[in-house]
Amino acid sequence: MSIDLKTIKHISKLSRISVDEKKAEKLAGDLNSIFEFIEKLNELKTANVEPLTSVAETTLKLRSDEVKSKNLREQIIKNSPQENEDYFVVPKVIE
Amino acid sequence: MSDITKQSLSELIKNIKDKKLSSTEVTKAFVERSEKSKELNAYVTEDFSAAIDKAKRFDENPNLDLKLPGIPMAVKDLFCTKNIKTTAGSKILNNFIPTYESTVTQNIWNEGAILLGKLNCDEFAMGSSNETSFFGNVQNPIDKDLVPGGSSGGSSSAVAAQLTPVTIGTDTGGSIRQPASFTGTVGLKPTYGSCSRYGIVAFASSLDQAGPMAQNVKDCALLHEVISSYDEKDSTSIDFKRNNYSKELTNNIKGKKIGIPKEYRVDGMPKEIEDLWKKGIDYVKNCGAEIIDISLPHTNYALPTYYIVAPAEASSNLARYDGVKYGFRADGENLIDMYEKTRSEGFGAEVQRRIMIGTYVLSSGYYDAYYLKAQKVRKLIKNDFDEAYKKVDAILTPSTPSSAFKIGEKTNDPVSMYLNDIFTVPVNLAGLPGISIPAGHDAKGYPLGLQIIGKAFDEQNILNIAYAMEEKINFKNKITDWWIK
Repeated sequence: MSIDLKTIKHISKLSRISVDEKKAEKLAGDLNSIFEFIEKLNELKTANVEPLTSVAETTLKLRSDEVKSKNLREQIIKNSPQENEDYFVVPKVIE
Repeated sequence: MSDITKQSLSELIKNIKDKKLSSTEVTKAFVERSEKSKELNAYVTEDFSAAIDKAKRFDENPNLDLKLPGIPMAVKDLFCTKNIKTTAGSKILNNFIPTYESTVTQNIWNEGAILLGKLNCDEFAMGSSNETSFFGNVQNPIDKDLVPGGSSGGSSSAVAAQLTPVTIGTDTGGSIRQPASFTGTVGLKPTYGSCSRYGIVAFASSLDQAGPMAQNVKDCALLHEVISSYDEKDSTSIDFKRNNYSKELTNNIKGKKIGIPKEYRVDGMPKEIEDLWKKGIDYVKNCGAEIIDISLPHTNYALPTYYIVAPAEASSNLARYDGVKYGFRADGENLIDMYEKTRSEGFGAEVQRRIMIGTYVLSSGYYDAYYLKAQKVRKLIKNDFDEAYKKVDAILTPSTPSSAFKIGEKTNDPVSMYLNDIFTVPVNLAGLPGISIPAGHDAKGYPLGLQIIGKAFDEQNILNIAYAMEEKINFKNKITDWWIK
Protein backbone atom coordinates (compact mmCIF):
# COMPACT_ATOMS: atom_id res chain seq x y z
CA MET A 1 0.00 0.00 0.00
CA SER A 2 1.19 3.47 -0.71
CA ILE A 3 -0.16 6.82 0.44
CA ASP A 4 0.00 9.31 -2.43
CA LEU A 5 -0.07 13.11 -2.40
CA LYS A 6 -3.78 13.14 -3.20
CA THR A 7 -4.48 11.06 -0.08
CA ILE A 8 -2.25 13.32 2.03
CA LYS A 9 -4.24 16.34 0.83
CA HIS A 10 -7.47 14.55 1.70
CA ILE A 11 -6.29 13.63 5.22
CA SER A 12 -4.97 17.13 5.80
CA LYS A 13 -8.40 18.50 4.91
CA LEU A 14 -10.09 16.08 7.34
CA SER A 15 -7.51 16.98 10.01
CA ARG A 16 -7.95 20.72 9.43
CA ILE A 17 -4.20 21.14 9.04
CA SER A 18 -3.05 23.14 6.04
CA VAL A 19 -0.29 21.41 4.08
CA ASP A 20 1.79 22.86 1.23
CA GLU A 21 3.46 20.77 -1.50
CA LYS A 22 6.79 20.46 0.28
CA LYS A 23 5.22 19.40 3.57
CA ALA A 24 2.88 17.00 1.76
CA GLU A 25 5.84 15.19 0.18
CA LYS A 26 7.65 14.88 3.50
CA LEU A 27 4.45 13.60 5.18
CA ALA A 28 3.85 11.06 2.40
CA GLY A 29 7.34 9.65 2.93
CA ASP A 30 6.97 9.49 6.71
CA LEU A 31 3.47 8.01 6.63
CA ASN A 32 4.46 5.38 4.09
CA SER A 33 7.32 4.15 6.26
CA ILE A 34 5.05 4.13 9.32
CA PHE A 35 2.28 2.24 7.50
CA GLU A 36 4.78 -0.27 6.15
CA PHE A 37 5.60 -0.97 9.79
CA ILE A 38 1.90 -1.14 10.74
CA GLU A 39 1.09 -3.62 7.94
CA LYS A 40 2.70 -6.34 10.09
CA LEU A 41 -0.68 -6.73 11.80
CA ASN A 42 -2.03 -8.37 8.65
CA GLU A 43 0.03 -11.47 9.50
CA LEU A 44 -2.53 -12.19 12.24
CA LYS A 45 -5.92 -13.81 11.74
CA THR A 46 -8.40 -11.92 13.91
CA ALA A 47 -11.82 -12.76 12.45
CA ASN A 48 -12.95 -14.41 15.71
CA VAL A 49 -11.32 -11.99 18.16
CA GLU A 50 -13.41 -9.51 20.12
CA PRO A 51 -11.98 -5.97 19.86
CA LEU A 52 -10.68 -4.51 23.11
CA THR A 53 -12.14 -1.06 23.65
CA SER A 54 -11.17 -0.53 27.28
CA VAL A 55 -8.80 -2.27 29.67
CA ALA A 56 -10.82 -1.06 32.64
CA GLU A 57 -13.25 -3.93 33.08
CA THR A 58 -15.86 -1.94 34.93
CA THR A 59 -19.14 -0.49 33.83
CA LEU A 60 -19.45 3.25 33.95
CA LYS A 61 -20.85 4.55 37.21
CA LEU A 62 -24.06 6.51 37.16
CA ARG A 63 -24.41 9.75 39.05
CA SER A 64 -27.40 11.86 39.89
CA ASP A 65 -28.17 14.49 37.29
CA GLU A 66 -27.58 17.66 39.23
CA VAL A 67 -25.70 20.91 38.69
CA LYS A 68 -22.49 20.92 40.71
CA SER A 69 -20.63 23.89 39.31
CA LYS A 70 -22.15 27.16 38.24
CA ASN A 71 -21.19 30.66 37.20
CA LEU A 72 -18.18 29.43 35.24
CA ARG A 73 -18.68 31.84 32.32
CA GLU A 74 -15.73 33.99 33.22
CA GLN A 75 -13.44 30.99 33.67
CA ILE A 76 -14.56 29.43 30.42
CA ILE A 77 -14.00 32.59 28.39
CA LYS A 78 -10.76 33.54 30.14
CA ASN A 79 -8.32 31.78 27.82
CA SER A 80 -10.07 32.55 24.52
CA PRO A 81 -7.83 34.20 21.89
CA GLN A 82 -10.55 36.71 21.09
CA GLU A 83 -13.67 37.48 23.09
CA ASN A 84 -16.48 39.98 23.18
CA GLU A 85 -17.81 40.14 26.73
CA ASP A 86 -19.69 36.85 26.99
CA TYR A 87 -18.91 35.29 23.62
CA PHE A 88 -16.14 33.54 21.73
CA VAL A 89 -15.36 35.50 18.57
CA VAL A 90 -14.63 33.71 15.27
CA PRO A 91 -14.13 34.97 11.70
CA LYS A 92 -17.41 35.77 9.96
CA VAL A 93 -19.24 32.56 8.97
CA ILE A 94 -22.36 33.87 7.15
CA GLU A 95 -21.90 36.20 4.18
CA MET B 1 23.40 22.10 55.03
CA SER B 2 24.95 22.34 51.59
CA ASP B 3 23.93 18.85 50.56
CA ILE B 4 20.17 19.29 50.92
CA THR B 5 19.47 18.54 47.25
CA LYS B 6 21.42 15.27 47.52
CA GLN B 7 18.94 13.94 50.08
CA SER B 8 16.21 11.54 49.10
CA LEU B 9 12.56 12.48 49.56
CA SER B 10 12.33 10.20 52.61
CA GLU B 11 15.38 11.87 54.19
CA LEU B 12 14.02 15.34 53.53
CA ILE B 13 10.65 14.45 55.06
CA LYS B 14 12.37 13.02 58.14
CA ASN B 15 14.56 16.10 58.54
CA ILE B 16 11.58 18.43 58.21
CA LYS B 17 9.54 16.36 60.69
CA ASP B 18 12.50 16.30 63.12
CA LYS B 19 12.78 20.08 62.66
CA LYS B 20 16.39 19.73 61.50
CA LEU B 21 15.43 21.45 58.25
CA SER B 22 12.71 23.95 57.45
CA SER B 23 10.64 23.88 54.29
CA THR B 24 12.17 27.28 53.43
CA GLU B 25 15.72 25.89 53.61
CA VAL B 26 14.80 22.90 51.50
CA THR B 27 12.86 24.94 48.93
CA LYS B 28 15.64 27.53 48.63
CA ALA B 29 18.23 24.78 48.10
CA PHE B 30 16.27 23.27 45.19
CA VAL B 31 15.53 26.73 43.74
CA GLU B 32 19.23 27.65 43.86
CA ARG B 33 20.29 24.44 42.19
CA SER B 34 17.57 24.83 39.56
CA GLU B 35 18.75 28.42 38.90
CA LYS B 36 22.28 27.11 38.28
CA SER B 37 21.01 24.38 35.98
CA LYS B 38 19.28 26.35 33.23
CA GLU B 39 21.48 24.72 30.59
CA LEU B 40 19.59 21.46 31.16
CA ASN B 41 16.41 23.23 29.96
CA ALA B 42 14.35 21.03 32.28
CA TYR B 43 11.88 23.78 33.18
CA VAL B 44 9.31 25.38 30.88
CA THR B 45 7.87 27.58 33.64
CA GLU B 46 9.57 28.47 36.93
CA ASP B 47 7.54 29.48 39.95
CA PHE B 48 10.46 29.93 42.33
CA SER B 49 9.60 33.07 44.27
CA ALA B 50 6.04 31.88 44.89
CA ALA B 51 7.49 28.54 46.03
CA ILE B 52 9.71 30.24 48.61
CA ASP B 53 6.76 32.33 49.83
CA LYS B 54 4.66 29.17 50.21
CA ALA B 55 7.51 27.48 52.09
CA LYS B 56 7.74 30.41 54.50
CA ARG B 57 4.01 30.25 55.10
CA PHE B 58 4.31 26.50 55.71
CA ASP B 59 7.06 27.06 58.29
CA GLU B 60 4.97 29.64 60.17
CA ASN B 61 2.39 27.01 60.92
CA PRO B 62 3.80 23.63 59.88
CA ASN B 63 1.50 20.62 59.64
CA LEU B 64 3.98 17.80 60.11
CA ASP B 65 1.32 15.09 59.91
CA LEU B 66 1.12 15.50 56.14
CA LYS B 67 2.86 13.00 53.87
CA LEU B 68 4.85 15.63 51.94
CA PRO B 69 5.29 18.37 54.58
CA GLY B 70 6.64 21.50 52.88
CA ILE B 71 8.41 19.46 50.18
CA PRO B 72 9.10 21.44 46.97
CA MET B 73 8.27 19.66 43.75
CA ALA B 74 8.34 20.41 40.03
CA VAL B 75 5.86 18.55 37.81
CA LYS B 76 5.56 17.67 34.13
CA ASP B 77 3.95 20.46 32.11
CA LEU B 78 1.14 18.14 31.05
CA PHE B 79 -0.70 18.57 34.37
CA CYS B 80 -3.06 21.53 34.55
CA THR B 81 -2.08 23.79 37.43
CA LYS B 82 -4.51 26.51 38.45
CA ASN B 83 -3.29 29.99 37.46
CA ILE B 84 0.07 28.61 36.30
CA LYS B 85 0.73 28.34 32.57
CA THR B 86 0.37 24.78 31.24
CA THR B 87 1.79 24.20 27.76
CA ALA B 88 2.05 20.42 27.16
CA GLY B 89 5.29 21.36 25.38
CA SER B 90 3.29 22.94 22.55
CA LYS B 91 3.14 26.33 20.88
CA ILE B 92 -0.62 25.90 20.63
CA LEU B 93 -0.92 26.05 24.47
CA ASN B 94 1.88 28.57 25.04
CA ASN B 95 -0.59 31.11 26.45
CA PHE B 96 -2.89 28.70 28.28
CA ILE B 97 -3.46 29.40 31.98
CA PRO B 98 -5.76 26.76 33.48
CA THR B 99 -8.57 27.88 35.76
CA TYR B 100 -8.58 24.50 37.50
CA GLU B 101 -6.15 21.97 39.00
CA SER B 102 -5.55 18.38 37.93
CA THR B 103 -6.62 15.81 40.53
CA VAL B 104 -3.16 14.26 40.72
CA THR B 105 -1.40 17.58 41.45
CA GLN B 106 -4.18 18.57 43.87
CA ASN B 107 -3.52 15.33 45.79
CA ILE B 108 0.15 16.34 46.03
CA TRP B 109 -0.56 19.88 47.30
CA ASN B 110 -3.14 18.49 49.77
CA GLU B 111 -0.30 16.53 51.40
CA GLY B 112 1.77 19.69 51.89
CA ALA B 113 4.02 19.78 48.80
CA ILE B 114 4.89 23.08 47.10
CA LEU B 115 5.05 23.68 43.33
CA LEU B 116 8.54 24.65 42.05
CA GLY B 117 7.61 24.86 38.39
CA LYS B 118 6.55 23.01 35.26
CA LEU B 119 8.89 20.60 33.51
CA ASN B 120 9.62 20.26 29.81
CA CYS B 121 8.20 17.34 27.83
CA ASP B 122 7.66 16.18 24.28
CA GLU B 123 4.82 18.07 22.61
CA PHE B 124 1.55 16.54 23.87
CA ALA B 125 3.76 13.74 25.28
CA MET B 126 4.39 12.48 21.73
CA GLY B 127 8.03 11.50 21.59
CA SER B 128 10.76 9.41 23.18
CA SER B 129 13.57 11.97 23.48
CA ASN B 130 11.98 15.30 24.49
CA GLU B 131 13.07 16.63 21.07
CA THR B 132 9.52 17.38 19.89
CA SER B 133 9.00 20.03 22.60
CA PHE B 134 8.31 23.57 21.34
CA PHE B 135 10.58 24.71 24.18
CA GLY B 136 13.66 22.89 22.93
CA ASN B 137 15.76 19.89 23.85
CA VAL B 138 16.38 18.87 27.41
CA GLN B 139 19.91 17.82 28.37
CA ASN B 140 20.43 14.52 30.18
CA PRO B 141 22.55 15.25 33.28
CA ILE B 142 24.46 12.01 32.61
CA ASP B 143 26.29 13.52 29.62
CA LYS B 144 26.16 16.61 27.41
CA ASP B 145 24.00 16.41 24.27
CA LEU B 146 22.45 13.14 25.42
CA VAL B 147 18.65 12.90 25.33
CA PRO B 148 16.93 12.42 28.72
CA GLY B 149 14.32 10.16 27.10
CA GLY B 150 10.71 11.13 26.63
CA SER B 151 8.14 12.19 26.78
CA SER B 152 8.75 12.97 30.50
CA GLY B 153 12.28 14.18 29.67
CA GLY B 154 12.25 17.36 31.75
CA SER B 155 11.00 15.27 34.66
CA SER B 156 13.70 12.59 34.37
CA SER B 157 16.43 15.19 33.89
CA ALA B 158 15.23 17.22 36.88
CA VAL B 159 15.11 14.20 39.22
CA ALA B 160 18.51 12.84 38.10
CA ALA B 161 20.08 16.31 38.39
CA GLN B 162 18.43 16.83 41.79
CA LEU B 163 16.50 19.95 40.79
CA THR B 164 13.44 18.42 42.48
CA PRO B 165 13.37 15.63 45.10
CA VAL B 166 10.78 13.65 43.12
CA THR B 167 8.35 14.41 40.32
CA ILE B 168 5.40 13.10 38.39
CA GLY B 169 5.23 12.23 34.72
CA THR B 170 2.70 10.60 32.42
CA ASP B 171 3.12 7.35 30.50
CA THR B 172 1.15 6.49 27.36
CA GLY B 173 3.64 4.08 25.77
CA GLY B 174 6.70 4.31 28.02
CA SER B 175 7.00 8.03 28.77
CA ILE B 176 7.85 7.51 32.46
CA ARG B 177 9.82 4.25 32.31
CA GLN B 178 12.04 4.98 29.27
CA PRO B 179 13.26 8.40 30.54
CA ALA B 180 13.78 6.88 34.01
CA SER B 181 15.91 4.18 32.40
CA PHE B 182 17.90 6.80 30.40
CA THR B 183 18.72 8.86 33.51
CA GLY B 184 19.37 6.22 36.17
CA THR B 185 16.15 6.97 38.06
CA VAL B 186 13.05 5.03 39.13
CA GLY B 187 9.73 5.47 37.31
CA LEU B 188 6.37 3.77 37.88
CA LYS B 189 3.55 3.53 35.35
CA PRO B 190 0.52 2.58 37.47
CA THR B 191 -2.41 0.37 36.48
CA TYR B 192 -4.81 2.12 34.12
CA GLY B 193 -7.50 3.69 36.29
CA SER B 194 -5.28 4.02 39.36
CA CYS B 195 -4.45 7.74 39.01
CA SER B 196 -7.07 10.19 37.82
CA ARG B 197 -6.68 11.62 34.31
CA TYR B 198 -8.74 14.69 35.24
CA GLY B 199 -6.80 17.82 34.33
CA ILE B 200 -4.05 16.03 32.41
CA VAL B 201 -3.72 17.28 28.82
CA ALA B 202 -5.07 14.28 26.91
CA PHE B 203 -3.01 12.32 24.38
CA ALA B 204 -4.46 8.79 24.06
CA SER B 205 -7.15 8.38 26.68
CA SER B 206 -7.26 4.56 26.81
CA LEU B 207 -3.50 4.45 27.51
CA ASP B 208 -2.55 7.63 29.45
CA GLN B 209 -1.58 7.24 33.12
CA ALA B 210 0.20 9.58 35.53
CA GLY B 211 2.92 8.14 37.74
CA PRO B 212 5.78 8.95 40.12
CA MET B 213 9.47 9.40 39.24
CA ALA B 214 12.11 9.31 41.96
CA GLN B 215 15.68 8.48 42.89
CA ASN B 216 14.76 5.32 44.75
CA VAL B 217 11.93 2.82 45.08
CA LYS B 218 10.77 3.93 48.53
CA ASP B 219 10.28 7.55 47.42
CA CYS B 220 8.46 6.27 44.34
CA ALA B 221 6.13 4.19 46.54
CA LEU B 222 5.39 7.16 48.79
CA LEU B 223 4.57 9.50 45.93
CA HIS B 224 2.41 6.83 44.31
CA GLU B 225 0.46 6.48 47.54
CA VAL B 226 -0.25 10.23 47.41
CA ILE B 227 -1.31 10.50 43.77
CA SER B 228 -3.36 7.31 43.39
CA SER B 229 -7.00 7.96 44.19
CA TYR B 230 -10.51 7.23 42.96
CA ASP B 231 -11.92 10.30 41.25
CA GLU B 232 -15.47 10.66 40.00
CA LYS B 233 -14.30 13.39 37.62
CA ASP B 234 -12.54 10.69 35.55
CA SER B 235 -15.06 8.15 34.26
CA THR B 236 -12.29 5.52 33.85
CA SER B 237 -10.95 6.00 37.38
CA ILE B 238 -11.31 2.71 39.25
CA ASP B 239 -12.60 2.41 42.80
CA PHE B 240 -10.37 -0.21 44.44
CA LYS B 241 -8.63 -0.52 47.78
CA ARG B 242 -5.36 1.39 47.60
CA ASN B 243 -2.45 0.45 49.82
CA ASN B 244 -0.16 2.59 51.93
CA TYR B 245 2.46 1.55 49.41
CA SER B 246 5.49 2.97 51.24
CA LYS B 247 4.46 1.58 54.64
CA GLU B 248 3.76 -1.86 53.26
CA LEU B 249 6.99 -1.92 51.27
CA THR B 250 9.07 -5.05 51.96
CA ASN B 251 12.18 -6.61 50.45
CA ASN B 252 10.88 -10.08 51.26
CA ILE B 253 10.01 -11.56 47.88
CA LYS B 254 10.74 -15.19 48.77
CA GLY B 255 8.73 -17.61 46.70
CA LYS B 256 7.48 -14.99 44.25
CA LYS B 257 7.25 -16.36 40.73
CA ILE B 258 8.93 -14.10 38.16
CA GLY B 259 8.30 -14.67 34.45
CA ILE B 260 10.95 -14.16 31.77
CA PRO B 261 9.29 -13.67 28.36
CA LYS B 262 11.38 -15.12 25.55
CA GLU B 263 9.91 -12.73 22.97
CA TYR B 264 11.66 -9.78 24.64
CA ARG B 265 14.98 -11.15 23.37
CA VAL B 266 14.67 -9.02 20.21
CA ASP B 267 16.92 -9.01 17.13
CA GLY B 268 19.79 -6.61 17.33
CA MET B 269 19.54 -6.11 21.08
CA PRO B 270 22.97 -5.07 22.38
CA LYS B 271 24.83 -7.71 24.38
CA GLU B 272 25.05 -5.40 27.37
CA ILE B 273 21.24 -5.29 27.63
CA GLU B 274 21.10 -9.08 27.43
CA ASP B 275 23.80 -9.29 30.15
CA LEU B 276 21.94 -6.79 32.32
CA TRP B 277 18.78 -8.87 32.04
CA LYS B 278 20.71 -12.01 33.07
CA LYS B 279 22.11 -10.11 36.06
CA GLY B 280 18.60 -9.02 36.98
CA ILE B 281 17.48 -12.65 36.88
CA ASP B 282 20.33 -13.55 39.26
CA TYR B 283 19.36 -10.72 41.62
CA VAL B 284 15.76 -11.87 41.98
CA LYS B 285 16.93 -15.49 42.38
CA ASN B 286 19.25 -14.35 45.18
CA CYS B 287 16.24 -12.75 46.83
CA GLY B 288 14.56 -16.14 46.91
CA ALA B 289 12.21 -15.65 43.97
CA GLU B 290 11.56 -18.37 41.44
CA ILE B 291 12.29 -17.80 37.74
CA ILE B 292 9.81 -19.20 35.21
CA ASP B 293 10.17 -19.00 31.43
CA ILE B 294 7.02 -17.64 29.82
CA SER B 295 5.79 -16.66 26.38
CA LEU B 296 4.03 -13.45 25.31
CA PRO B 297 3.57 -14.49 21.68
CA HIS B 298 2.11 -11.22 20.35
CA THR B 299 4.87 -8.94 21.67
CA ASN B 300 6.09 -8.11 18.16
CA TYR B 301 2.67 -6.76 17.24
CA ALA B 302 2.45 -4.32 20.14
CA LEU B 303 4.21 -1.38 18.48
CA PRO B 304 2.22 -1.52 15.22
CA THR B 305 -0.97 -1.78 17.32
CA TYR B 306 0.09 1.18 19.44
CA TYR B 307 0.82 3.29 16.36
CA ILE B 308 -2.80 2.85 15.27
CA VAL B 309 -4.58 3.12 18.62
CA ALA B 310 -2.60 6.05 20.07
CA PRO B 311 -2.71 8.32 16.98
CA ALA B 312 -6.40 7.50 16.47
CA GLU B 313 -7.24 8.64 19.99
CA ALA B 314 -4.88 11.61 19.68
CA SER B 315 -6.47 12.81 16.44
CA SER B 316 -9.81 12.83 18.22
CA ASN B 317 -8.52 14.39 21.47
CA LEU B 318 -6.57 17.11 19.67
CA ALA B 319 -9.56 18.18 17.57
CA ARG B 320 -10.33 20.59 20.42
CA TYR B 321 -7.39 22.84 19.46
CA ASP B 322 -9.18 25.03 16.97
CA GLY B 323 -8.07 28.54 17.90
CA VAL B 324 -11.51 29.42 19.28
CA LYS B 325 -11.87 28.54 22.95
CA TYR B 326 -8.27 28.69 24.18
CA GLY B 327 -4.69 28.50 22.97
CA PHE B 328 -2.93 29.93 19.94
CA ARG B 329 -4.90 31.37 17.00
CA ALA B 330 -3.55 32.22 13.54
CA ASP B 331 -5.43 34.74 11.42
CA GLY B 332 -7.38 33.28 8.53
CA GLU B 333 -9.54 34.55 5.69
CA ASN B 334 -12.51 32.60 7.00
CA LEU B 335 -13.34 30.11 9.76
CA ILE B 336 -11.95 27.02 7.97
CA ASP B 337 -8.81 28.88 6.92
CA MET B 338 -8.34 30.03 10.52
CA TYR B 339 -8.67 26.43 11.80
CA GLU B 340 -6.23 25.07 9.24
CA LYS B 341 -3.60 27.77 9.77
CA THR B 342 -3.94 27.64 13.56
CA ARG B 343 -3.33 23.88 13.62
CA SER B 344 -0.60 24.00 10.99
CA GLU B 345 1.34 26.74 12.80
CA GLY B 346 0.43 25.69 16.35
CA PHE B 347 1.31 21.98 16.23
CA GLY B 348 4.85 20.68 15.63
CA ALA B 349 5.80 18.11 12.98
CA GLU B 350 5.47 14.94 15.11
CA VAL B 351 2.04 15.94 16.43
CA GLN B 352 0.82 16.74 12.91
CA ARG B 353 2.17 13.40 11.70
CA ARG B 354 0.26 11.54 14.42
CA ILE B 355 -2.96 13.47 13.86
CA MET B 356 -2.72 12.58 10.17
CA ILE B 357 -2.10 8.87 10.92
CA GLY B 358 -5.02 8.86 13.36
CA THR B 359 -7.34 10.64 10.98
CA TYR B 360 -6.43 8.21 8.20
CA VAL B 361 -6.98 5.02 10.25
CA LEU B 362 -10.35 6.31 11.44
CA SER B 363 -11.47 7.56 8.04
CA SER B 364 -14.25 6.01 6.02
CA GLY B 365 -13.12 2.80 4.30
CA TYR B 366 -10.06 2.27 6.50
CA TYR B 367 -11.60 1.96 9.96
CA ASP B 368 -12.04 -1.83 9.86
CA ALA B 369 -8.69 -2.49 8.21
CA TYR B 370 -6.71 -0.48 10.73
CA TYR B 371 -8.50 0.66 13.87
CA LEU B 372 -10.73 -2.35 14.42
CA LYS B 373 -7.84 -4.66 13.52
CA ALA B 374 -5.63 -2.93 16.09
CA GLN B 375 -8.29 -3.24 18.80
CA LYS B 376 -8.49 -6.97 18.10
CA VAL B 377 -4.73 -7.39 18.28
CA ARG B 378 -4.77 -5.37 21.49
CA LYS B 379 -7.09 -8.04 22.89
CA LEU B 380 -4.61 -10.76 21.88
CA ILE B 381 -1.80 -8.86 23.61
CA LYS B 382 -3.86 -8.55 26.79
CA ASN B 383 -4.75 -12.26 26.60
CA ASP B 384 -1.02 -13.08 26.46
CA PHE B 385 -0.52 -11.33 29.81
CA ASP B 386 -3.65 -12.93 31.32
CA GLU B 387 -2.29 -16.37 30.38
CA ALA B 388 1.17 -15.57 31.76
CA TYR B 389 -0.26 -14.37 35.07
CA LYS B 390 -1.83 -17.78 35.65
CA LYS B 391 1.74 -19.00 36.17
CA VAL B 392 3.68 -16.00 37.51
CA ASP B 393 3.30 -13.06 39.92
CA ALA B 394 5.33 -10.55 37.89
CA ILE B 395 7.44 -10.30 34.73
CA LEU B 396 11.04 -9.07 34.43
CA THR B 397 12.32 -7.47 31.21
CA PRO B 398 14.79 -4.78 30.13
CA SER B 399 13.21 -1.29 30.13
CA THR B 400 14.61 -0.20 26.77
CA PRO B 401 16.50 -1.86 23.90
CA SER B 402 19.44 0.59 24.29
CA SER B 403 20.89 3.24 26.57
CA ALA B 404 20.28 6.96 25.95
CA PHE B 405 21.25 8.26 22.49
CA LYS B 406 22.57 11.60 21.30
CA ILE B 407 20.34 14.58 20.55
CA GLY B 408 19.54 14.57 16.81
CA GLU B 409 20.51 10.92 16.32
CA LYS B 410 17.02 9.60 15.58
CA THR B 411 14.97 12.66 14.66
CA ASN B 412 14.89 11.92 10.92
CA ASP B 413 13.56 8.40 11.23
CA PRO B 414 10.21 8.19 13.06
CA VAL B 415 10.14 4.38 13.04
CA SER B 416 13.58 4.00 14.67
CA MET B 417 12.44 6.48 17.33
CA TYR B 418 9.26 4.44 17.90
CA LEU B 419 11.31 1.24 18.44
CA ASN B 420 12.59 2.72 21.72
CA ASP B 421 9.28 1.82 23.31
CA ILE B 422 9.24 -1.82 22.26
CA PHE B 423 9.39 -3.16 25.86
CA THR B 424 7.13 -0.57 27.47
CA VAL B 425 4.22 -0.24 24.99
CA PRO B 426 2.69 -3.72 25.60
CA VAL B 427 2.20 -2.76 29.28
CA ASN B 428 0.08 0.28 28.35
CA LEU B 429 -1.94 -1.70 25.81
CA ALA B 430 -2.82 -4.23 28.54
CA GLY B 431 -3.40 -1.51 31.17
CA LEU B 432 -0.89 -3.05 33.59
CA PRO B 433 1.52 -1.46 36.09
CA GLY B 434 5.23 -1.41 35.25
CA ILE B 435 8.25 0.01 37.03
CA SER B 436 11.72 0.78 35.67
CA ILE B 437 14.66 0.69 38.05
CA PRO B 438 18.30 1.53 37.29
CA ALA B 439 20.27 -1.72 37.16
CA GLY B 440 23.68 -1.00 35.67
CA HIS B 441 25.74 0.96 33.14
CA ASP B 442 26.76 0.29 29.56
CA ALA B 443 30.34 0.58 28.24
CA LYS B 444 29.91 4.36 27.85
CA GLY B 445 28.90 4.68 31.49
CA TYR B 446 25.25 5.44 30.62
CA PRO B 447 22.55 3.97 32.87
CA LEU B 448 20.45 0.97 31.89
CA GLY B 449 17.11 -0.01 33.40
CA LEU B 450 15.16 -3.15 34.13
CA GLN B 451 11.36 -3.27 34.04
CA ILE B 452 9.09 -5.24 36.36
CA ILE B 453 5.55 -5.68 35.05
CA GLY B 454 2.75 -6.60 37.46
CA LYS B 455 -0.82 -7.80 37.45
CA ALA B 456 -3.47 -5.09 37.33
CA PHE B 457 -3.73 -3.26 40.70
CA ASP B 458 -0.69 -5.15 42.02
CA GLU B 459 1.60 -2.12 42.34
CA GLN B 460 2.63 -3.24 45.84
CA ASN B 461 4.09 -6.45 44.50
CA ILE B 462 6.23 -4.83 41.78
CA LEU B 463 7.35 -2.11 44.20
CA ASN B 464 8.44 -4.86 46.62
CA ILE B 465 10.35 -6.71 43.91
CA ALA B 466 11.97 -3.44 42.80
CA TYR B 467 12.84 -2.64 46.43
CA ALA B 468 14.48 -6.03 46.94
CA MET B 469 16.41 -5.77 43.67
CA GLU B 470 17.49 -2.19 44.38
CA GLU B 471 19.21 -3.37 47.56
CA LYS B 472 21.15 -6.06 45.66
CA ILE B 473 21.99 -3.85 42.66
CA ASN B 474 23.26 -0.92 44.77
CA PHE B 475 23.23 1.37 41.72
CA LYS B 476 25.10 4.68 41.86
CA ASN B 477 24.30 7.34 39.28
CA LYS B 478 27.37 8.97 37.73
CA ILE B 479 26.52 12.68 37.68
CA THR B 480 29.39 15.14 37.44
CA ASP B 481 27.43 18.44 37.44
CA TRP B 482 29.11 19.22 34.08
CA TRP B 483 26.47 21.88 33.32
CA ILE B 484 27.21 23.96 36.43
CA LYS B 485 29.83 26.60 35.60
